[in-house]
Amino acid sequence: MQSNAALEYDYSLAKKFTFLTILFGFLGMLIGTIIAAQMAFPELNYLLGEYGTFSRLRPLHTNTVVFGFTVSAIFATWFYIGQRVLKVSMAESKFLMVVGNIQFWLYFVGALLATISLLLGISSGKEYAQYEWWADLVVVVIWVLWGLGIMGLIGIRREKALYISIWYFLACFLGIAMLYLFNNMSIPTYFATEGLGAITHSVSMYSGTNDALVQWWYGHNAVAFGFTVPIVGMIYYFLPKESGQAIYSYKLSLLSFWGLMFVYLWAGSHHLLWSTVPDWMQTMGSAFSVVLILPSWGSAINMLLTMKGEWNQLTDNPLIKFMVLASTFYMLSTIEGPIQAIKSVNAIAHFTDWIPGHVHDGVLGWVTFMIMASLFHMAPRMFKREIYSRKLMETQFWLQTTAVVLYFTSMWIAGITQGMMWRAVDEYGNLMYSFIDTVNVLHPYYTIRALAGVMYLIGFIMFAYNMYKTMTSAKEITEEPQFRTPMA
Amino acid sequence: MFFHWLEKNPFFFASGISIVIAFAGLIEIVPNFAKAARPVVDLKPRTVLELAGKNVYIKDNCMSCHSQLIRPFKSETDRYGDYSLSGEYAFDRPFLWGSKRTGPDLHRVGNYRTTDWHENHMLNPAEIVPGSIMPAYKHQFTNLADIETAYAEAVTVKNAFHTPYGPEFKGTRAAWEAHKPKVLADAKAIADDMKNKDVKEAVARGEVPEIVALIAYLNSLK
Repeated sequence: MQSNAALEYDYSLAKKFTFLTILFGFLGMLIGTIIAAQMAFPELNYLLGEYGTFSRLRPLHTNTVVFGFTVSAIFATWFYIGQRVLKVSMAESKFLMVVGNIQFWLYFVGALLATISLLLGISSGKEYAQYEWWADLVVVVIWVLWGLGIMGLIGIRREKALYISIWYFLACFLGIAMLYLFNNMSIPTYFATEGLGAITHSVSMYSGTNDALVQWWYGHNAVAFGFTVPIVGMIYYFLPKESGQAIYSYKLSLLSFWGLMFVYLWAGSHHLLWSTVPDWMQTMGSAFSVVLILPSWGSAINMLLTMKGEWNQLTDNPLIKFMVLASTFYMLSTIEGPIQAIKSVNAIAHFTDWIPGHVHDGVLGWVTFMIMASLFHMAPRMFKREIYSRKLMETQFWLQTTAVVLYFTSMWIAGITQGMMWRAVDEYGNLMYSFIDTVNVLHPYYTIRALAGVMYLIGFIMFAYNMYKTMTSAKEITEEPQFRTPMA
Repeated sequence: MFFHWLEKNPFFFASGISIVIAFAGLIEIVPNFAKAARPVVDLKPRTVLELAGKNVYIKDNCMSCHSQLIRPFKSETDRYGDYSLSGEYAFDRPFLWGSKRTGPDLHRVGNYRTTDWHENHMLNPAEIVPGSIMPAYKHQFTNLADIETAYAEAVTVKNAFHTPYGPEFKGTRAAWEAHKPKVLADAKAIADDMKNKDVKEAVARGEVPEIVALIAYLNSLK
């Protein structure tokens, strides 16, 4: 029998992962800002000896943002959303609480160790998959624990139908599991010999072109199942909650979910255009990347139409502003990607700064904005306090929005300039520029990008401060707000 | 309706997702696997010293800024040499194509740069290429390369993937001790072309500074 009393949800894990999200977000963005500045002012490379060079910090930046910040946020929002849409409290199952807590501590310690190992240069060499075999094993255990948590909670649910957000979290779990396992297959050399050499070292199961195929099948789809799928899951929960509006169309959400699942994986090979993988595969990657616009825009439009007739909320409620901006940047990013995946455009864009530009309008504009909005929405409900300052939130919004615009515009110009200069030939067919000419010309854009990084980081510090004050000293609330997040 | 049913049956829902996402991977990755792994004629696996150098390359993340993939465009072949072929990478684990060029491509750098050039360049890039934003890698002159791990790697790929290393590559400590002088001789050949006194002395003592291995690797990129 279902009781009518409101459930007391257990937020202890959601809170813990919220702290980690803020911590890793700060670290990841700080390192990102440092390496952006190093490209404009190379003297900044020598502040910490070999541990401070661009090359060591760059994987640290990507891994902290992907596996530290974003994954923490996925866990934090899962432990919040999961209970609420399945209508069951974590506290009802001791088992799930224990599993969740082990997951948290293993994750925290694992993330720290992995970070240190990257600083020391212990790396398997594959982009976004640099962790060596032992760290990969820790990742797998963490992931299995999370899977247990998801399945367990679904197993004891009171709500029969799985809400849309759950689809996306499930897909995130399954997708990353598959991608990560296959891409990181390697043999530890220490155990394959009589204990020769370093115990940390391993060698990839795939070689050359095959390795590249598996790597970008992973690399692109880690974006899919880490940066797209769970974040769409978040917006499907938090936007209707915050605005008090029902999702515009259930059919559209069905279509875009299954469309995304089917199409995304094909697009991985667009990272290998003009490389040594077979032509048909390049064409496939190119074509499916364009098709990918449909399911991506499907969810984004579904979100924007959810606000139909309620656009005044955009001026009243800064959180709606964060979410609508996130949706808009999702649309920008998912139209920019397919454009870059067209073979002729890719011939110019590939290997240039346009690519980090594209990544960052997605990650800064879409992922981070949506994560911050989610945590802002969760905070009053988890800590039973109002958001500390609305004004600070507004300032942060405009500062970070400006930063993202500066970031991608400067990188678009830099990238296209670079691509055009590399291929420029004079009337006799000789190359017009040496490589270093194309580096020198980028200095102003690198400076603008570094400035954008500083602005975004300051915005994030405002966010962290606002969250901290919300947890500690904002006005207490007695009843859970129905929709709009209360803020002072 | 089918989807309503699916949403109430998490097991089938999860299975559905798995099948739908696995589809593309199967079609795109599997068929080409055997073919793409076929080496070009005369391709030789890297020596232990070169492998150690490749690991220095990975340790210092050179691939963050340099590609090893020459695309089939006139501008690229003019600048870097013949475009890259799949079979040339058959022994590269992992592949090191990179995804961003902050510096030039290195796939055939062994054809147009020398030991001497690399030595000076790693010490002070901006002096060799005015305007370069590459950091200096001075620590490579004092850190020692891990040649034993490189040997273990060679043995592993020989046993697991039939990479054509000679019969002297065995996973025993004795085999490694027997092979070590060969690695040191290779290192000495590189160090002889270098100016740095400390590096020369280290090699004479039987040690291999990272820079020596790295240059051996870069010279092998042809």
